[in-house]
Amino acid sequence: MKTDDLISMLASDAGAVAPRVWRMRYALAIGVGLVSAALLMVLMLDGVRPDIADAARLPMFWVKLVFPATLAAIALLLAVRLSRPGMALNHLGMVLAAPVLVIWLLAGAALLGAPPQDQAMMIWGETWSACLLNVPLLSVPAFIGVFWVMKTLAPVHPARAGAAAGLLAGALSATVYALHCPELAAPFIGIWYLLAMLIPAAAGALIGSRLLRW
Amino acid sequence: MVDGLGGNDAAYHAFLKSLSVHLRGFLRVRLARLPDDVEDLVQETLLAVHNQRHTYDPGQPLTAWIHAIARYKLVDLLRRRAGREVLNDPLDEELDVFVASENEASDARRDLAKLLEQLPDRQRLPIVHMKLEGLSVAETARVTGMSEAAVKVGVHRGLKALAELIRSTDENR
Repeated sequence: MKTDDLISMLASDAGAVAPRVWRMRYALAIGVGLVSAALLMVLMLDGVRPDIADAARLPMFWVKLVFPATLAAIALLLAVRLSRPGMALNHLGMVLAAPVLVIWLLAGAALLGAPPQDQAMMIWGETWSACLLNVPLLSVPAFIGVFWVMKTLAPVHPARAGAAAGLLAGALSATVYALHCPELAAPFIGIWYLLAMLIPAAAGALIGSRLLRW
Repeated sequence: MVDGLGGNDAAYHAFLKSLSVHLRGFLRVRLARLPDDVEDLVQETLLAVHNQRHTYDPGQPLTAWIHAIARYKLVDLLRRRAGREVLNDPLDEELDVFVASENEASDARRDLAKLLEQLPDRQRLPIVHMKLEGLSVAETARVTGMSEAAVKVGVHRGLKALAELIRSTDENR
């Protein structure tokens, strides 16, 4: 087939294309991902922590929610840009470091202000392994959803796009898991929440470099 | 392009036509080592532009979008070839002759019509009737016995499958 024939073929009855269809798709994937994570939490982990009303009065409870939620927002911007050709990233990758730095500063301050015998507890908490297990687990529906959306779009850097998709899923999941998790120490959040979100991000990079080619 | 996305076929045709000329120049310079592959890659990129046209944001510079797609397809081709042809380095000295040469379409090595035949009927028939013979959606539906929705889906999925087919056959060639 000659190139001119291909052009005629493509242009015949091409039809109109709705602009920015990806917005609805991302909204859908995130909505379904969040609801599914909440459902999984109710089914597998007995839902939110029993003392959530008391915990909600503590500032650290909100820090624990806002930290992954902020990462999710930045990861969404990254995913949206990385899934379409020719979109500038505008240093968004570096912006990701900001919430991490803030939580590490809080963690450092908390550790410095605590008596030495309490420091190990602030770092390890009682549930670090549950955090590492549950956040990736609850992220699976959002992970699948965001990957599905990206598959319908055209990421020119599949591994990076996959990492952003995984981080988005992990951060959404961590935000939901924060409602269940009993830990409140900044060092715990700065270490284990971050690692737990990076697990789906790493998986996303690996899977994306294969699955997101087009 | 924007008119073409709005459903104006003539504008879209003119856009693709001038795009093919632009792509040929863009790719010929970057693919100087594989001049025979330029036309194949022009076609592959045109197909990608068409299949991914919903990812273009009207607020975005068109060239940034086009060049990102062309570069992606170029890197993808080189990656596919890397395992096989790195040792061949033909005609290195005389390349300039080819680079400066004509700007019209040469023949592609890969025949998309042949690849089209490999698609399943539910994708191939809508493409053949609608896009090659110029039938309408309703006529195609009548001829094939498919529903109008299935015809539209068939064209859409078929063109995506064609792009996949290009990539997989190229890998095994």
